[in-house]
Amino acid sequence: MRIFDPHIHMSSRTTDDYEAMYAAGVRALVEPSFWLGQPRTSVGSFVDYFDALTGWERFRASQFGIRHHCAVALNPKEANDARCREVLAELPRFLRRESVVAIGETGYDSMTAEEDEVLEAHLALGVEHRLPVIVHTPHRDKKYGTRRTLEVIAESGIEPGLVVLDHLNEVTIEMVKESGAWMGFSIYPDTKMDPHRMVALLQRYGTERVLVNSAADWGRSDPLLTAKTGAAMLDAGFDAADVDRVLWQNPVEFFAQSGRLDLTPLPGFALANAPETFSGNSVRRGGADATVPAVPEAAR
Amino acid sequence: MTATDGMEARYRDGDTEQRIAVLEDLNRHAYDGALADDEREAGLGLVRDALRANDPRLVSAAMGAFAGRHLGDHDWRHGVMKLVFMEVPLTTVDRLVDRRDAELSRMAADLAEEREAAGRPVPDDLRSLLPPVGAAREEGR
Repeated sequence: MRIFDPHIHMSSRTTDDYEAMYAAGVRALVEPSFWLGQPRTSVGSFVDYFDALTGWERFRASQFGIRHHCAVALNPKEANDARCREVLAELPRFLRRESVVAIGETGYDSMTAEEDEVLEAHLALGVEHRLPVIVHTPHRDKKYGTRRTLEVIAESGIEPGLVVLDHLNEVTIEMVKESGAWMGFSIYPDTKMDPHRMVALLQRYGTERVLVNSAADWGRSDPLLTAKTGAAMLDAGFDAADVDRVLWQNPVEFFAQSGRLDLTPLPGFALANAPETFSGNSVRRGGADATVPAVPEAAR
Repeated sequence: MTATDGMEARYRDGDTEQRIAVLEDLNRHAYDGALADDEREAGLGLVRDALRANDPRLVSAAMGAFAGRHLGDHDWRHGVMKLVFMEVPLTTVDRLVDRRDAELSRMAADLAEEREAAGRPVPDDLRSLLPPVGAAREEGR
């Protein structure tokens, strides 16, 4: 199983996670910018964070055989703080970096006027830089917030195919599918979406334009839930090609629109298994190429 | 010197416990007329900041008497729903009975729909916000 996690916050995870992810088949990921659990209060802390995502974190991932890309944005919560909003002026210089493959996560938290403005600004940057946009849908008023997000996207003039709406569920999937945007699902241990509910949605709505991510961060989350969802798909009768489509080809297709994805194996690491080598063999899942070379001291 | 003197600095420079103490000061003075207009505005800024936090103690303190009296409907409703997400009992919310409205019930009904679609339980506090039995579910949309 080869896996591309299209939404995971690795800077809040440990090297044990990188090792386990590689063993499970993760070979590439996108780390969207988000808040740090504690609100930032100045532009400088964003700039350093973006530097870390495009520098240190990318290097750290590479030590474990995983291609790291990122997305930059002012996140919805901090969009409400005037001291942070100035970071919008800093985004274009980061959007030119080769490791930045998207804008995000943007979207709504509390659906304030400030969040409206910042979402519109990010979508305009997507049009201008021709980059995909990762849009977070709100937790609290999700159905209404998702509908409103789709209206803002339609007004922005961005191609729906350049946008993923993330953290969808049973109630919001249909309107996003109809809009032509990509549908993102964050698989969590017990809240947003679980592997079995995800499988049920794939059975009902198909695999086209669906992205499955772990959205793992500093909260209770599991970076292997992408792999576990793949296993649940196989158990439910999907074949290895379907799993590969959802966990690899779809995110590749979405982020390749940036023209910047680098999916060549890192020196000293192997490609993940092609799907046919384990077709019908769930026992070997993720186990065939699990050896991770020792991490050089310099990486620590 | 007033009871909220320097509160903004105390909040911004404080740790979580000190921030909660500032919010509790605001709650204590919500109805006694001790807050000047500019203090009230500054207090609203701090309440909004606390409502963006993910520490339930901060969110809970932010939804006390000061928010009950002064916070606008939109932010107040989101504060209530945030406490539902955090599984903090809504008894902590000041003036819940007076201020709950059709829009809050609509938000609660949408969340209950999501929970049911996910096969997850609908907590009692969320159930208590649903439109009254017999009212059309579409009411307030």
